[in-house]
Amino acid sequence: MSYWWLILGMTVLTFLMRYSLFAWPNLRFPPVVRQGLHYVPTSVLTAIVLPGMLLPDGQTWQVSWHNAYLLAGVAAIAIAALSRNLLATIGGGLAVFFVLRWAMGQI
Amino acid sequence: MSRNQLFARGLRDSVPMLVGIAPFGIIFGTLAGVGGLSLWQAVGMSMFVYAGSAQFIVVSLMGAGASAVVILLTTFIVNLRHVLYSATMQPQVQGLPQRWRLLLAFWLTDETFAVVQRFYLVHGRTPLAHWYWLGVTVSLYVCWVSSSAVGVLFGQAVPDMASWGLEFAMLATFIGIVVPLLRNRPQIAAALAAGAVALMTWSLPYKLGLMAAAFSGIAVGVWLERRQSPSVYGIPTDEVQP
Repeated sequence: MSYWWLILGMTVLTFLMRYSLFAWPNLRFPPVVRQGLHYVPTSVLTAIVLPGMLLPDGQTWQVSWHNAYLLAGVAAIAIAALSRNLLATIGGGLAVFFVLRWAMGQI
Repeated sequence: MSRNQLFARGLRDSVPMLVGIAPFGIIFGTLAGVGGLSLWQAVGMSMFVYAGSAQFIVVSLMGAGASAVVILLTTFIVNLRHVLYSATMQPQVQGLPQRWRLLLAFWLTDETFAVVQRFYLVHGRTPLAHWYWLGVTVSLYVCWVSSSAVGVLFGQAVPDMASWGLEFAMLATFIGIVVPLLRNRPQIAAALAAGAVALMTWSLPYKLGLMAAAFSGIAVGVWLERRQSPSVYGIPTDEVQP
């Protein structure tokens, strides 16, 4: 089967999932669903961030002082908690990250 | 703010994401080229499917000679989280015409969700907010498609960008978005539950761990919220809690 047919199939499937609830813009969710949706950003983003810090290569645990993702991630959390400022968190976190990588000889 | 200002602001707010996305696009293009896709097939996949994680997994499945059924089923499972994003963003597209809903749905990714969801939390649903959303998505889309093309064409020549650690830009952005959300006990508990489950299930394939973590976080958050204020139970409210 041609790759193009697969790409078409993937396109349709992915789009349908993304469009799923946009198809009924006037649908009102029951209260429990609406409550639940308030926790989607927190849950999903935390579930991406923590493994990204602790298993940066996606394969092995790296709980050590040589893991710049972990240390700079903790620094970014501290900056975010203190400043509540997104740009400061990104800038500060990246600065800490690359200084650490440089100091550890990882770049 | 005018349409143009909001659009420009969306472009601007997407920049930290671009830093993380561009290397992944290049790596995807490189792998797709090596895996036997033509330039147009690789770029076409980025253009039409536009789902990074699924694309990576599918290219490796194609290389391993997996059947069409396996590939489509994998796409379905890996992308299931988008239903969650679609549900979360649905109240924001309520007043929008069909063509806008189609367009914004097509462009709904993890990164777009994170950035745009934050905008609505901070600014509420202003009448022209979808122009901000459009700015974010256009920028991320152009970046993903063009970096995929660069990967196919020059992937072998580009130094090993995977080792540079540029994806930390995305982690830092997500941290900057999540931490301010943690201002009550249910939200904190949701984050702890989702994080713990994500770390316990990281080895599951197809992003199943992410789905398990998301639903754990949601369940814990709702459960605590209801325990704290049982009077709200079952009473529909229009209040949008930030």
